[in-house]
Amino acid sequence: MTTAILKQPIEPTAARKPNRSFVHGLITNKKALVGMIVMLVFIALALLAPVLFPGEPSRITAMASLEPSPEHWLGTTAKGQDVLALTVHGSRSSLFVGLTVGFASTFIGILVGLASAYFGKFIDEALSLVTNVFLLLPGLPLLVILAAFLPPGLGTVILVLVVTGWAGSARVLRSQALSIRSKDFVAAAVVSGERAGRIMFREILPNMASNVMSTLLACVIYGIGAQAGLEFLGLGDVSTVSWGNNLFWAGNEGALLTGSWWVFVPSGVCIALVAFALALINYAVDEVTNPRLRKIKTPKNTERSAAK
Amino acid sequence: MRFILRRLGFYLIAFWASITLNFLLPRFMPGDPVSRMFARTQGKMQPEQIEALRKMLGVDTRPLWEQYVDYMHNILTGQMGVSISRFPTPVTEVIASQIGWTLLLGGTALVFAAIIGNLLGILAAWRRGGAIDSALPPLLIFIGSFPYFWLAMGALYLFGVVLGWFPIRHAFTDGLEPAFTWEFIGDVGAHLLLPALTIVLVSIGGWMLGMRNTMIATNSEDYITMAQAKGLRPGRIMLRYAARNAMLPSVTSFGMSLGFVVGGAMLTEVVFAYPGVGYQLLNAVQGLDYPLMQGLFLTITAAVLLANFLVDILYVRLDPRVRSN
Repeated sequence: MTTAILKQPIEPTAARKPNRSFVHGLITNKKALVGMIVMLVFIALALLAPVLFPGEPSRITAMASLEPSPEHWLGTTAKGQDVLALTVHGSRSSLFVGLTVGFASTFIGILVGLASAYFGKFIDEALSLVTNVFLLLPGLPLLVILAAFLPPGLGTVILVLVVTGWAGSARVLRSQALSIRSKDFVAAAVVSGERAGRIMFREILPNMASNVMSTLLACVIYGIGAQAGLEFLGLGDVSTVSWGNNLFWAGNEGALLTGSWWVFVPSGVCIALVAFALALINYAVDEVTNPRLRKIKTPKNTERSAAK
Repeated sequence: MRFILRRLGFYLIAFWASITLNFLLPRFMPGDPVSRMFARTQGKMQPEQIEALRKMLGVDTRPLWEQYVDYMHNILTGQMGVSISRFPTPVTEVIASQIGWTLLLGGTALVFAAIIGNLLGILAAWRRGGAIDSALPPLLIFIGSFPYFWLAMGALYLFGVVLGWFPIRHAFTDGLEPAFTWEFIGDVGAHLLLPALTIVLVSIGGWMLGMRNTMIATNSEDYITMAQAKGLRPGRIMLRYAARNAMLPSVTSFGMSLGFVVGGAMLTEVVFAYPGVGYQLLNAVQGLDYPLMQGLFLTITAAVLLANFLVDILYVRLDPRVRSN
């Protein structure tokens, strides 16, 4: 359901080439480059998982709780599953859920933010109220309550994460859209009789591409982390292989208490690496688009950078 | 005053929304929680328990609005029903015995994280490109990238199991009688330290970056240049002029973070088996104790809303612009 809706609104931003200096700035930014390389490696691993480790990753292939060795690079779990296979396969579910949640929440955020900013008045009041209420409701307990009532499964996890995750992006995008809404060219478009949808998606949206991008990155980070948390609590779909579930089983089988750290470390490090890579890209987007954070050589700053 | 009233109205709406959500969830969700519970307990439930469940989950034949009114009335008069897993203790009693631990753990962690994080942010922005500014943010973002519970488990393993520096579970040693003695307070502190440290470690980065970015904007304001021209001491300009004006967003996020205190500490509580509301919430979910689950969620929400309201009042004190309009 999500992917179908997703395509329409994101495309205008993507299809319309963003500012060339923005792309250039991102590519030449060291942080962004590191982040993108790490992400590409993980996406490649996720795509190649069935080739690298054919068959069901959770099947029992060896003795229980083996230390890392040439046959099992990351050792085996207490059940005798290969940890490396579990970790590589886990990236599929984690990245999929993270990206889906990220795109869906950002999409809702765009819709709500644009509608709020464009229509203003009552619609803005109402939408802002709903956004703020969702922002204020404590996320993790809400997540847990929803997951407890809904039937377990991947769809539930995604739905629950989107329900709890969209409000933050809506708030950020609304305030950005509001400032663009007050620009003259939007007023010109209104006067020239353009339709509301066209103004929102063709006039306002492309001008907040960088905000949409950093919101999207933040939402993906949220999605991956929250999925892992939910699954760690045993509230995800326990039968799938994902980083969160790997950690859930590691905890359940007492991996740490028996000292088999190799079961516990890889999935956590993977989540951290992905989140870190995305945060780096996000940080870089911020630097490229926010002139105040960029390192420019204004007279005031030269002394300090020279001193460094 | 108008601002305060507006905010109060907003929080009331938010609270109403969460009560309504609580009311609607079990009634409209696919699958029937009651039958799930019957299956689980296999007829071991007492008639009173079944009755309590029925009432709570709306397995009755009355029209929906009548149930709703009834539910509202119950919640507002503090009748949250009876816990199923700890039958026959009332839900409110179970919650009351645990919320203190959560506030202690979350509150300690939040205060320390906010103070240290903001100070680091101030220093980083003040000496842009200096050691703190270039080394700490990437490091803290990296630490912040790890899932909370993962870091917590790692810390528990390393410091609790391997090194044995800290106790590994609960809020105080079993068998120790809660009392205002140094022995007990020390014991509680020892149990508190490691969980609180893990929260501080992962949340410090957000505070620091937020403060740093606002502070950079503040630093380029004219009144800072003016203060420098007057020849004030740099330390004074940094704290009294720049940081003071950059504090407001931090105050707001302090309010928002209070949500984390009661809600987000959940994972930490689970890892350390710390007897707070988050730990209890997970137990309630696992034990299919729906009344307790709902009671906990409402309590957590109410606590978050109340905390935010207090921060709003503080905000009015701090920001004259809010007062004037």
